[in-house]
Amino acid sequence: MSADANDGLSRRGFLAISAATLGGVMLAPGIRLIEIAGARAPDQPVSRQVRWGLLIDTSKCLPGCDDCVKACATENGIKDTGHPRTDAQWIRKVELKDMRSGHTNSVPVMCQHCEYPPCVDVCPTGASFKRADGIVLVDRHICIGCRYCMMACPYKARSIVFQNITGQNPDVPRGNGCAEGCTLCVHRIDHGRQPACVEACTKAGHNAMIFGDLNDPQSEIAQRVAKYASTQIRADLSLNPGVRYQGL
Amino acid sequence: MKCKGIGALTGRIARAICLLALLLPVVAFASDRVPKPVIDIDKPGRCVEDTATMRREHPDMLKHQRELTVHEGIRTRAHSLKGCVECHASTKTGSVLGEKGFCQSCHDYASVKLDCFGCHASKPKLASGAKP
Repeated sequence: MSADANDGLSRRGFLAISAATLGGVMLAPGIRLIEIAGARAPDQPVSRQVRWGLLIDTSKCLPGCDDCVKACATENGIKDTGHPRTDAQWIRKVELKDMRSGHTNSVPVMCQHCEYPPCVDVCPTGASFKRADGIVLVDRHICIGCRYCMMACPYKARSIVFQNITGQNPDVPRGNGCAEGCTLCVHRIDHGRQPACVEACTKAGHNAMIFGDLNDPQSEIAQRVAKYASTQIRADLSLNPGVRYQGL
Repeated sequence: MKCKGIGALTGRIARAICLLALLLPVVAFASDRVPKPVIDIDKPGRCVEDTATMRREHPDMLKHQRELTVHEGIRTRAHSLKGCVECHASTKTGSVLGEKGFCQSCHDYASVKLDCFGCHASKPKLASGAKP
């Protein structure tokens, strides 16, 4: 009897140990049971386990400050073409005022990287798409410039390019006739860096923007979101944006 | 007799025409009358694949890589357009475009439209601090 019980225990123990080991062990080249968020090899595809997000602390975002907007323009090669009404706009500062209390807020608004993006729903060619890690992008190779996404987006986050563009950043190809919007600086994220706007905000000492993986309980953004109240713009639309605002 | 003579003459003319037609390409290409694309390759050395493969299959490679990069975030440099430009940009103009540019000279010669550079940079990224 006792020998049997020991047998059972050791077998169970063995199973538990092997399951724990298997989780981290490479099953086949490039396939693991446990994906480690953020630690992706350059030749590995993006993981569904990651959900990139931004948290913007509106109490720290200064009115009139456009460090994030400038950093975005420099990084992504967005230049003033002398047509402010039609120039591409990936990020903008919005000033809000409560007319009753007189309280003002100044917040950056960019593509909100929705979980259920309307721009993807309406795109007739499949150019507008959501990457596995939650970043909403335009595949310019397939975009026909119809601008349905611009109409569908409740955040006015998409633009279209009207001019021929030269001198692009090699990491950020953009050109005439294609819809575009904030990419969360996907070319930087893929190399383990932060978006340009977040970097500029931190560098200037404002610390109003935090970037990270919302699915990783250890990340600063996930802990802040869990601890403090934050809102999504137009939460009534149930699009579950990856960009959240604290103190709005 | 007369009829036979005419027949032989026609045959001889036909044979001569055939011979000329066969020789024509040899005559034409023997001299360098056909222009070839002028390509400046400033960086000698091996490309990511051998020359024959690159000549024939570079569009497929680029197309395959673009899907991986845009949709799956795989940014390996071997078959990327950015990698091509970094290595093949002319040291004089700094670009793969232009009359003797690596990409444009050949595409002009083959009369194949080159629309990558409507969106992509035709010059490599300058090292920080470098002047254009």
